[in-house]
Amino acid sequence: MQVFSKDKIYNFMGKSNFFISFSIVLILSSYFFLYTKGLNYGIDFAGGTIVQVKYDKTAPIKQMRENITKDKAFENASITQFGSPQEVIIRFSTAENSTVKNDAGDKIKTLLKGTGDFQIRRVDIVGPKVGGELREKGMMALVMSIIVILIYVAFRFEWRFAVASVLALVHDVSIAMGAIALFQVDVNLDVLAALLTLMGYSLNDTIIVFDRIREGIGDTKETNLFNVINDAVSKTLSRTLLTSLTTFFVILTLYALGGEIISSFSFTLLVGIVVGTYSSVFVASPMLKWLGFDLQSYKAKEALKAKRKIEKEKARAMYEKGML
Amino acid sequence: MNKGGLNYRLVIFFIAIIFGVGFTMPTLLQTKGGAKIALGLDLQGGLHMLLGVKTDEAIKSKMKSIASSVKFYTDNNDIIINDLRVHNDLITFKLLDGDEEKNLDAMLKKIQGLQIKKEQLSYTLSLSAAEQVATKKFAVSQAVETIRNRIDQFGLSEPNVAKQGEDKILVELPGIKTIAEEQRARELIAKAAHLQLMAVDEKRADQAGSMSEDEARAYGDVIFPDATNPKQKYIVKSVPILDGSMLTDAKVGFSQMNQPVINFTLNSEGAKIFGDFTAKNVGNHLAIVLDNVVYSAPVIRERIGGGSGQISGGFSVKEAHDVAIALRSGALLAPVTLLEKRSVGPSLGADSIKASLISLITGFSLVVLFMIVYYGMAGIIADIALIINLFLVVAIMALFGATLTLPGMAGIVLTVGMAVDANVIINERIRELLRSGASVSKAIEKGYDNAMSAILDANITTLIAAVVLYAYGTGPIKGFAVTMSIGILASMLTAILGTHGIYQFLMPRIEKSKSLPFWFGIKRGK
Repeated sequence: MQVFSKDKIYNFMGKSNFFISFSIVLILSSYFFLYTKGLNYGIDFAGGTIVQVKYDKTAPIKQMRENITKDKAFENASITQFGSPQEVIIRFSTAENSTVKNDAGDKIKTLLKGTGDFQIRRVDIVGPKVGGELREKGMMALVMSIIVILIYVAFRFEWRFAVASVLALVHDVSIAMGAIALFQVDVNLDVLAALLTLMGYSLNDTIIVFDRIREGIGDTKETNLFNVINDAVSKTLSRTLLTSLTTFFVILTLYALGGEIISSFSFTLLVGIVVGTYSSVFVASPMLKWLGFDLQSYKAKEALKAKRKIEKEKARAMYEKGML
Repeated sequence: MNKGGLNYRLVIFFIAIIFGVGFTMPTLLQTKGGAKIALGLDLQGGLHMLLGVKTDEAIKSKMKSIASSVKFYTDNNDIIINDLRVHNDLITFKLLDGDEEKNLDAMLKKIQGLQIKKEQLSYTLSLSAAEQVATKKFAVSQAVETIRNRIDQFGLSEPNVAKQGEDKILVELPGIKTIAEEQRARELIAKAAHLQLMAVDEKRADQAGSMSEDEARAYGDVIFPDATNPKQKYIVKSVPILDGSMLTDAKVGFSQMNQPVINFTLNSEGAKIFGDFTAKNVGNHLAIVLDNVVYSAPVIRERIGGGSGQISGGFSVKEAHDVAIALRSGALLAPVTLLEKRSVGPSLGADSIKASLISLITGFSLVVLFMIVYYGMAGIIADIALIINLFLVVAIMALFGATLTLPGMAGIVLTVGMAVDANVIINERIRELLRSGASVSKAIEKGYDNAMSAILDANITTLIAAVVLYAYGTGPIKGFAVTMSIGILASMLTAILGTHGIYQFLMPRIEKSKSLPFWFGIKRGK
């Protein structure tokens, strides 16, 4: 079976202006959502407490709310269904009055007495200091990985490839975060993990296209960068879509069957895979042109590199012969 | 090509298969021996806590015990001092007897890290900066040790207590099943178990109910409530006679009225101090103070030698048992606070395992099927690599004793999705070469060559992301990074080496059959 006809070269670059404008609109609206709706920080980053309760029957949310808000400390508690109608998440922002001996989970348990048969399944308490530290570390992880990737790609390709791939990454992460803000997904540690995975994944895609471009430059006498790019993107298209599709399958099953706990992770990745695939086909390569990538000078540089290598080998061979 | 030669790729792949399957078995079958993957707290249920150590309190209590030593020394050597006070990190007192200045100074010099300021005969003692740092450090490591001892006596299977950062302690207790159990564990951890034997201020004992804490402090006293009846207060001298650091043992016993009590034993120094004090204070009250609560304040009838004492009053057997554990394992020099707590009930963990297993199996089957439909035999070969890859990931994780967490499970699911990538790249390259008319053997060899740089670059960048994730991540994220890194490395072995070896092994057959649709899922175009 095959989907794409073998030799057809699609003219992606011809429409690059359209796609770039489309991306800019996407990014701007993402920042708009980020600005207006904001990120819905979960307790991992904001600090606070989550108590997950499971009832034998449908959870009596109304009665629970009455019981819990009796205590002044939990006035602002939010009580929401979690996955099934039996299961409920109680969330509040205070974590300060929790000690090792007594914590909010214990208090909630006493407050809920008389609302039916229930079981406390999970109590997560994150103090404000820890939350701040986690947020800092998370940002650090994002920034550090971008820098390291930048260096690696610049070393393996050329600085414009590095900048283009990082811009594509920023593009993907921005849009994924826009979607997170739009749908008010809880931003927890696993969402951060998803964002970092998405970076690795999208970079994967981009680099495979870049690799083809590099190969194309070496192989052909083509002088038009657009044609080289079109050729490379078309040739990698079936691989890009196939891998994205298989990964998409897997994440989709994770999203559909993995339960509520993993849903924000898989949601982020679902969006990420779509955006990442799109960007490696339509966004990353045109960026090369924008950054002033020039075929002739690149070829000249590569030729010089090759020449140096040959000279080095020659020198080495002579040296070794001299030793003999 | 190694025609007729040893197919080293296939050999390595076979070793990988044996290794992968072999080391996966203990985990799959849950046998007793062998390296297994441990389930994270989020999957098996349990308690995870990050505790902060209030290191400032350690300095305070160190100053208190220095003050006790000063008092003991001066009392014993008939040196008269006045107004001995402990303010947080300073000790002040006045020496009345100027002739003893030399003796006292010599004694103070023996105490390490002490800074002495004198204005005539007014002394101000404090700790040097280096000593403060050392004290704080010691308080944290002592807290780790103490909590570990207490937890060990609780009888859990694989508890973990470790220092984290400068002043934090990570406590992980898998196997805690009920909220009641959890609460008992937390109480035991939190118990300061700070035992002090203190002299009741007999002169002011009557005013205990009416005096404010500030007033008491002005007299060098403190007010503590009674354990059974908190309304009843005691006024005691703020400098203790001795404290729990001189304790060697604590055991639960029973009083004549069959009430649980705690019998404690002091070391030789403590026994001497205790004996001397009781000899001098017959007829006075001695308060036994545990965590700033007075448990009993008996009258001293005679000198108590031998260095043993008893704490009685209002314990249940379980409580007495826990207090004894806490005393035995030592006091917490500095109190701990709760910074983060995550507790997962066992049923939730089981649900999470079920859900992620279902999605792993479903996702995996979908990918496997898809590859066969799209690539034919080449797809099956890729699928074999995929399956072995999964075994390898589990085997390596088991060997490292890695912990599988929920994000880790997601990491495996994701690796499955990405592991096919290398094979897709290779297969696409092979197809490309076949279409352009290359022979099968040439297409395969060149296909691998051409695909290599892309696969390497792509995998290395993902690996870099995983390493950064590991370096800056915490807890579950680290688990995710570990599974992803292992998955990437394993997939390079199986997808690049393994499948290549299989192709080389099957080459004579592929060349004979000439059926490209069967082997690679394509027809050769014109």
